[in-house]
Amino acid sequence: MIKTTNISKQYGDKIVVDNVTIEIPKGKITSLIGSNGAGKSTLLGTIARIINANHGEIIINEKNITDYKNRILAQELSILKQMNHLDLKLTVKELVSFGRFPYSQGRLTEVDHLKIKEAIAFLNLTELENNYLEELSGGQQQRAFLAMVVAQDTDYILLDEPLNNLDMRHSVQIMKTLKDLSVTKNKTIVMVIHDINFASYYSDYIAAMKQGKLIHFNTTKNIINPKILKEIYDIDFEIIESNNKLICNYYN
Amino acid sequence: MKIHIKKIILLVLVAIALCALFLSYDLPSNWGYSFERRSYKVLAIIIVSCSVGYASIVFQTLTHNRILTPSIMGFEAVYLLFQTIIVFLYGDKTFTVINDKENFFLSIIFMLGFAFILFKFIFKKEKNNLYLLLLIGLVLGTLFHTITSFLQLIIDPNDFLILQGSIYASFNKINYHLLWYALTVIIICFAVGFRQFKYLDVISLGKEHAINLGINYFKKVRFYLFIIGALVAVSTALVGPIIFLGILVTNLTYEIFKSYKHAILIPACCLICIISIVGAQFLVEHVFSFNIVISIIINFIGGLYFMYLLLKTKKV
Repeated sequence: MIKTTNISKQYGDKIVVDNVTIEIPKGKITSLIGSNGAGKSTLLGTIARIINANHGEIIINEKNITDYKNRILAQELSILKQMNHLDLKLTVKELVSFGRFPYSQGRLTEVDHLKIKEAIAFLNLTELENNYLEELSGGQQQRAFLAMVVAQDTDYILLDEPLNNLDMRHSVQIMKTLKDLSVTKNKTIVMVIHDINFASYYSDYIAAMKQGKLIHFNTTKNIINPKILKEIYDIDFEIIESNNKLICNYYN
Repeated sequence: MKIHIKKIILLVLVAIALCALFLSYDLPSNWGYSFERRSYKVLAIIIVSCSVGYASIVFQTLTHNRILTPSIMGFEAVYLLFQTIIVFLYGDKTFTVINDKENFFLSIIFMLGFAFILFKFIFKKEKNNLYLLLLIGLVLGTLFHTITSFLQLIIDPNDFLILQGSIYASFNKINYHLLWYALTVIIICFAVGFRQFKYLDVISLGKEHAINLGINYFKKVRFYLFIIGALVAVSTALVGPIIFLGILVTNLTYEIFKSYKHAILIPACCLICIISIVGAQFLVEHVFSFNIVISIIINFIGGLYFMYLLLKTKKV
């Protein structure tokens, strides 16, 4: 389980994350929502130790992240940020192989090769595995990076806008893949997501942030509610129920 | 992978052939003395090439770009400033206060200090911006150059002569007495760095990916900045500053070796560097009979190549 206690982060005088305490349930998909600048990505970054928090502590599996060895933590928790541009001559397979670095430090074993192959297949990239990243479209690149995270095979996966650059078909595909990961492999997935309908349709829990504060955290059903959503986004929502899932209409 | 090994072997052969040509071409009948002098020169070129190649590739990986080299970030300027300060302080007593060997190792320590400052103020910052880095580098380089020229302007002309010896070294005027110390330093740099090249591969993915993959990012960056500091001290002490060389050889390496593996890129870059300097020095000595200096050739070819690179990227 991921547990943060009183996490705060400020840049200069600006408080970006304000005293966030949250306990993210294991084996579920949790979406972080909120308007731009609400501090979602920063919170995710602090959990993944990419950003140092000014205050507070982060516990993963009953252990503070500062007490972990880097290499061991990288076997427990992975993160994929939203901007993934590389100026490198790298094939898809080589990129995905990096996901095994925490385990084998660059010398790939049999198990590693298997996991790499599995991850590539999981994201439907087998035909492209020997292509250079720069030859791929934005969406394919995004999938290649996701495959790296899958190959890293961590119990906790943090994703910052995983649907960036993806068209609807691939977005749905990725979300199904993530759902699959959480159900079949019991992975805990936390993601920042902007499309409220994707969050509503695929996540088990939703955490809402506003101006650096965590204002709501509950099961998806309890969050997708016109009153709460209006409080988060300051616009009106109409909730439609279809197939036992809640869809939001906020386009008017 | 195999093709990379083949290319490396080819480069090794070319480098050996060029060195042999350089050593044996037009030897006088009483060849002992010439041969010995030329061997020292070749050794010096190899040392300088390895330090420039190694330092430039590592620096470009740490900064995620292909245009910045340590010399542009003011590393060489710091070395020159340090030399000038010593002479400024001690004047004509410089030689009695500090001998060449002490000076060399003090310079290395000073360069390590500069690397540490760079790390603290630039790499440790959370928002890391390439243009800011470039700007800081150019400003620092210019600042150190200006302070150096200012100090040189106000010191005694006799003292300036002492300085000239140490800071206006070139491939025609190599500081041979430092050769063995330089060789030791560079062997140490390779020995401690080599096992960690795999971390550089991961760092080239970017800071966030590197941390995600369990690299102690800041520790590794600091480690390699120290190595760069020592390497730049070595090459500058032997042959003085050579600004364009790093850009030329690193980009040639990326062009020839489409790889991200530093265990391949770094040796390849050193070899390419040896080939270009020995080749250019051969031209200087035997074709132009010392009428031009090597930096002109390197800057000329480097400049042309750089323009080619710019034009090529513009098309895409």
